[in-house]
Amino acid sequence: MQDVAAQSAQAAQEVEIAEAEARYAAEQARNNRRRRILPVLGIVGFVAFWALLVYVLKVKPFIAPSPLAVLQTLYENFPKLMTNLLPTATEAITGFLIGNLFAIVLATIFVHNKSLEDAFFPLVVLINTIPVVAKAPILVLLLGNGMEPKIAIAALICFFPTLVNMVRGLESVNPQAMELMRVLSASKREVFFKLRLQNSLPYLFSALKIAASTAVIGAIVGEWIGSTVGIGALIIQSMYAFDSAMLYATVIVGSTFSVCFFLAITLIERFTVRWKAPTVH
Amino acid sequence: MTAIESATTAVDCNAVTVRFITERRTVTALERVSFSLERGGFLSLLGPSGCGKSTLLRVVADLVPPTAGRMTVLGVTPEQARHERALGFVFQDAALLPWRTVLQNVELPLEVGGRGRQLAKGAPTPRELLKLVGLEGWEGSLPHELSGGMRQRVSIARALVSAPRILLMDEPFGALDEITRDRLNEELRRIWQETKTTILFVTHSVYESLFLGEQVLVLGANPGHVKALVTTDLPRDRTLAIRETEPFVRAAAALRRELGS
Repeated sequence: MQDVAAQSAQAAQEVEIAEAEARYAAEQARNNRRRRILPVLGIVGFVAFWALLVYVLKVKPFIAPSPLAVLQTLYENFPKLMTNLLPTATEAITGFLIGNLFAIVLATIFVHNKSLEDAFFPLVVLINTIPVVAKAPILVLLLGNGMEPKIAIAALICFFPTLVNMVRGLESVNPQAMELMRVLSASKREVFFKLRLQNSLPYLFSALKIAASTAVIGAIVGEWIGSTVGIGALIIQSMYAFDSAMLYATVIVGSTFSVCFFLAITLIERFTVRWKAPTVH
Repeated sequence: MTAIESATTAVDCNAVTVRFITERRTVTALERVSFSLERGGFLSLLGPSGCGKSTLLRVVADLVPPTAGRMTVLGVTPEQARHERALGFVFQDAALLPWRTVLQNVELPLEVGGRGRQLAKGAPTPRELLKLVGLEGWEGSLPHELSGGMRQRVSIARALVSAPRILLMDEPFGALDEITRDRLNEELRRIWQETKTTILFVTHSVYESLFLGEQVLVLGANPGHVKALVTTDLPRDRTLAIRETEPFVRAAAALRRELGS
């Protein structure tokens, strides 16, 4: 008798557990759906509001275009937009690579030579305080009117955050891990490759993600000054022509590229840093 | 190498004084500390925080140079002993490299430090050591997937992989819960008996120092100095149950008196 009672009690409990699990799964699914739909709703709502404003207030096309006009321009001028994106993308990516490479190398030198760090770090900070728009004319004078000054601006703008983060990542090693390396009589080179470099990766990637979007900004700002091709040049041209639809379409193309660049870095990070990183700012 | 092999004294500490000089003031961490430990022994270093017991361990490991006095490890200087891979160190936090798997962490000592690269002849392999510390089957896990106790086991296996003659342990179980700590205490006694390694173990727990050590070096603070060297006189094969026996309780009371005096 007791056995039967115990069995039925257990069965009842199992049913309750199954119900709880089902409830949890349902809630989870609902949350997932919400998380995916809400951002889309936000964007659609914003565009609709924009269209409504333009329609109701009868905004003139050279002040602000309707979303539909922008879409139409995007479609009709797609080849032209792409031809102009190509140089900007080339400048941004090349600048990104050069700037970050220099930053990583310099951070490595700084970590191994305190005197050099003390001598040159303030100079680097000083150069970084010059705004991009002020740096651009200087570089155009120095490097001429081609792609070089734009690449240089993109590189400079990437350089600083990566340098700072990389130095921090290489130096903020767990002190006990450093002691361990000493107990093991590890060489400086081994400490660098086995410990510091790995330790710096999460710091490096958080800087690279910032650099991915700022490199594009750098290239565009560079193109504002004396350039005939590129997203930056197109922005200036359509502004002077009061072609607001073209202006908006160009901005959309530029920022879409920026987002893709950012996502690419995020993807690389996910495959490179698989361990759980300590929180990095 | 031969000098190290034939040495019968593991650690000989002769009037070692350590001063840390900072901009604001000079701190004396250790004041004329002397003791010596035979090979194969298990010495607990017991004292309140600030008594310099971790510093003392670091002097043995050549991580902190003595300001005065002489430290001899296996008949040679701490630096020579370190270069010969005679020392293993287990840190307070496990200090595992978070991007390496459990097995890769244990293999680290075989990858760095030039001469230490090869596994000593007849020494247990990293896999065998993981089995010794009860982590068989966890080789491919990353440190963040392990509990605190498991991480500390990995770091013990890592310290043992270079077959050290002396194992230095700096409050390795201090951050663990009591249940895990008790179990690891028992296992450490077993590992000590199986590997015949000399162990120096820093702790601020009277019970831990007494249960683990064959001898307990009692240290006092401000500045760190030796209060007493107590031989515990408990049976070699012991389980945690010994802590409820009369000799143990009496020895613990005696240790506490030494600490308080």
